[in-house]
Amino acid sequence: MAKVLMKGNEAIGEAAIRAGCRNFFGYPITPQSEVPEYLSRRFPEVGGTYVQAESEVAAINMLYGGAGVGKRVLTTSSSPGISLMSEGISYIAACELPVVLVNIVRGGPGLGGILPAQSDYHQATRGIGHGDFRLLVLAPASVQEAVNLIYEAFDLADRYRNPVLILGDGMIGQMMEPVEFPPMRPLDSLPEKPWAATGMKDRPQNVINSLYLNEHELNAHNFKLKAKYDQVAREQVRFETWRCDGDLDVLVVAFGTMARIVKTALADFNAAGGRGGVFRPITLWPYPHEQLRETARRAKKVLVIEMNTGQMIDDVRMALGPDREVGFFGRTGGVVPTPDDVLAAIGEVTGKGAAR
Amino acid sequence: MQTEVIMAGFGGQGVITAGYLLAQAALAEEREVTWLPSYGPEMRGGTANCTVVVGDEPIGSPLVSAPKVAVVMNRPSLEKFAPKLKPGGLLVVDSCLIPIRSDRTDIREFRIRADDLAVSAGSRKGANLAMLGALLGILPLVSRETAEKIIGKHFAKKPQFIESNLQAFLLGFEQAKAGKSDE
Amino acid sequence: MKAIFGYPKSLQSRTTHYCPGCTHGVIHRLVAESIDELGLRERTVAVAPVGCSVLAYNYFNCDSFEASHGRAPAVATGAKRCRPDLIVFTYQGDGDLASIGMAEIVHAANRGEKITVIFVNNAIYGMTGGQMAPTTLPGQVTSTSPFGRDTELAGWPIRVAELLATLRGKAYIARVAAHTPLLTIKAKAAIRRAFDLQRRDECFTFVEVLSTCPTNWGMTPNEATEWLERNMMPYYRLGVLKEPGDFVPYSVERG
Ligand SMILES: Cc1ncc(C[n+]2csc(CCOP(=O)(O)OP(=O)(O)O)c2C)c(N)n1
Ligand code: SF4
Repeated sequence: MAKVLMKGNEAIGEAAIRAGCRNFFGYPITPQSEVPEYLSRRFPEVGGTYVQAESEVAAINMLYGGAGVGKRVLTTSSSPGISLMSEGISYIAACELPVVLVNIVRGGPGLGGILPAQSDYHQATRGIGHGDFRLLVLAPASVQEAVNLIYEAFDLADRYRNPVLILGDGMIGQMMEPVEFPPMRPLDSLPEKPWAATGMKDRPQNVINSLYLNEHELNAHNFKLKAKYDQVAREQVRFETWRCDGDLDVLVVAFGTMARIVKTALADFNAAGGRGGVFRPITLWPYPHEQLRETARRAKKVLVIEMNTGQMIDDVRMALGPDREVGFFGRTGGVVPTPDDVLAAIGEVTGKGAAR
Repeated sequence: MQTEVIMAGFGGQGVITAGYLLAQAALAEEREVTWLPSYGPEMRGGTANCTVVVGDEPIGSPLVSAPKVAVVMNRPSLEKFAPKLKPGGLLVVDSCLIPIRSDRTDIREFRIRADDLAVSAGSRKGANLAMLGALLGILPLVSRETAEKIIGKHFAKKPQFIESNLQAFLLGFEQAKAGKSDE
Repeated sequence: MKAIFGYPKSLQSRTTHYCPGCTHGVIHRLVAESIDELGLRERTVAVAPVGCSVLAYNYFNCDSFEASHGRAPAVATGAKRCRPDLIVFTYQGDGDLASIGMAEIVHAANRGEKITVIFVNNAIYGMTGGQMAPTTLPGQVTSTSPFGRDTELAGWPIRVAELLATLRGKAYIARVAAHTPLLTIKAKAAIRRAFDLQRRDECFTFVEVLSTCPTNWGMTPNEATEWLERNMMPYYRLGVLKEPGDFVPYSVERG
C-alpha cells in the first residue's frame, strides 16, 4: 500500500480497524477527538459500531462489556478522561480482559491545558487504578510508529489478556506524517476467546468477575497476575538507541515525541564535534532498565528530558543506581522544549556548547 | 538536508491548507515530511499557523524553533516569526496585507501582492496559493508540476475553484521565479 | 408464593446468601423462569451490580459479568453492541442504579439500548448496612438518616420508572411488586414481557420491583411486607408506565 498523509489521531483510528477492532466507546476530549470523529465516519463502511458514551466512566465500562463478550474494543481519551476511567481499568486488568486504551496526553494536573505534555507517565506506568496490576504501556514517537503499535497492541492485549495503553501526546495526535498501513486483519483470523461471556450452550458458565471474598483466593489471583507481568517483562521490552555507538559525552534519555526533538538537537551537537546519543524506551512498562544500564556505561553524562517535572527519571535512576548522577531538563503544561532549549540543556551538563 | 517552513496568517486565509498541500506534494515526491498545525488557545484570536518540515532523512523535531522559511499573511505573524528565522532564511510576505518590513538584514525578504494576484486570478480565496507559488518559485522544495497536480486533486470535489486556484498559484510562482519582489 | 414445579434451568441449585424474607430470591426466580420459558438461557448474559446481589452470577445459570458499582447499564451496552445476538440483562439495587449509576441508566435508556434492566427498589442500601438510598421514603429512618429522611436536606425519593418514562424514545417501563402471590404473578408477566421484547429486538426494557429488606429495615419478614404495602406502594405506584406502542414517531408538528 502506498503512503498517505494523515493526522496521528485519524491514523490511530484506521490502524485499529486494520487490527480487527469494530467497536469504539468514548467521550470527546481535546486533543484526541479526531479519533472518535474519524471512526464515526469510517465504521459504517466496515460494519463497526461507534457509541458516544455519556462519560469516560461509562465508556470504560462499555469497553469492559465489549471485551468480556470477546470483541476487540478501543477507547481513546486524554488525561482527565483517563483519570475517570481508572476504576474501570482496574476491573478490566483484574478480569484479564484484552482492551486497547489510548491516552493523548495534555497538560495537567486538574483541568490543565490542551497542549502536548508527558505528565501522565506516573499514572500510566505506576498502576493507574487501585490494586496490584500493570498495563503494557507503549510510547510512539511518530505517526507511523503509532499505527504499528496500535496494530500490535490488539495482539499483545489478546496474547497476555491484559489492557494495553498507548501513551501519546497532543503532538502525535495533531501532527500529519506519511504513513503506510498494515493489511486489514480478516475478522475470522482473530484469536478464539473461549473464556468470553458469549452465552453458555454446552460448556460450563463463564463469568467475568473480579470479586474474591476469600483472601487466599485473591492472594493466589494476584500472584497469578504477577507471574504474567513477569513474563511480559521478559518478552516485551522495547527501546531504540540512536547514535549510541562508542563512547559518548552525553546519553539523553527521552520517550515519545520528545525523543525526536532531542535527536534534532543532538545532530547539531554532534556536527559541532560532540558525541551524543539518545536512548528511547518504547515500552514504558516494562521499562528497559537493563538495556539502559548497559548503554549508559559508555556515557560520561546522562540527561533525562521530559515534558513534565521529572517522572521517567525515577525509572532511569532505578536502572542506573544511586551512584550515578542523572541530569534533568523538563518543560510542562504544553510548553514543548525546542531543539534550542534541548541544546542549551545538553551544553550545560556537558560543558560543551554548540551554536545553531 | 531539511527545510522547515512556517506558514502563518489569520484563520480562514488558508495557511493551514497551503501547508497541507506542500506536505502532500512532498509526499508525492517521496520525500520525508511532517505537518504540525497550531491548535487550541493559540488558534483563538484568529491567528493560525502550521509547520512543515521537508527533508531526505527521517525528520527529527516536527516543532521548529528557528525555521528556514516563514510565509506570512498578516502582520502579527511577521512580527512573531521574522525574528525567529535562521540567518540566510527566507521570508515571504503578502505585501497587500502587511505594510511593514522585517528589520532583519541577514535574511531574504520577498514581498508579493498575493491578495491582488488572487483577485486577478478569479478569487481572493486563492491568496494562500499565490503565496505557496511564490515560495516554490524561489525555493523548489517540490516541483511546480507536482504542486499543480496536488492542487487539482485537492479541489477535485469543487471543480469550480480549480482554475482560479491554479492560476493564483502560477502567478505567484512566476513572479517569484522572475525574482520580482514588490518593494 | 406461586406454585411452580421443578427448579428453573436458569438458576443454579445453590443456597443463596440473602437474608430470610428478602425478596431478592423471589425476583431471581422470576427472572430465571422468564428466561427458561422464552428459551433464551443459552444466549443470555447477566450483569450483576455491586450491592446485595453482587453474587447474582453464582445464582443465575448463564454467562455473567460482575460490574463496578452503578455501571451495569454501560457494561450491558458494551456487551449488547458488540454481540447484538445476545440477550443481556442487568440486575441492580437502588443505590447502584439510582445514585452512583444514575447517569448510566438514564443514558442507556435514552439511547434505547435493547437490554433488560431489573431494578430492585428496597428503599435502602442493603449491603453496606442500611444507609439512606435515593429511594428512601420521607421520614424513613436509616443509619444515615437517624431522624428520618428530611426532604429539606436530602431531597425527595426518586421515582426512577416515572423519570425514565419521560424520555422521548421507545421503551417498556413497568413497576411491580413481589411480596404476595397475586402481585408475583403480575411481576412475572412484566419481567417476561421485558425479555420477550428484547428477544424481538423491540426496545429498552425496564422493570422496577419493589422489594423488602427486613434486615436493614429492622423488621420481621411479615412486618416488612406490611411496611412495603403501607409506605412504599402509595409513593411508588404499580403499573406499566410506558409501552413500546406508546411511542410516537418524530414529526415536526409533534416534536
Ligand atoms: C465506588 C464504590 N463506592 C461505594 C461502594 C460500596 N457499596 C457497595 S454496595 C453499596 C450500596 C448498595 O445498595 P443498593 O444498590 O441499594 O443494593 P442493595 O444492597 O440494597 O441490594 C455501596 C455504597 C462500592 N462498592 N464502590
Ligand atoms: S440486607 Fe436486605 S437486601 Fe440485602 S439480602 Fe438482606 S434483606 Fe435482602
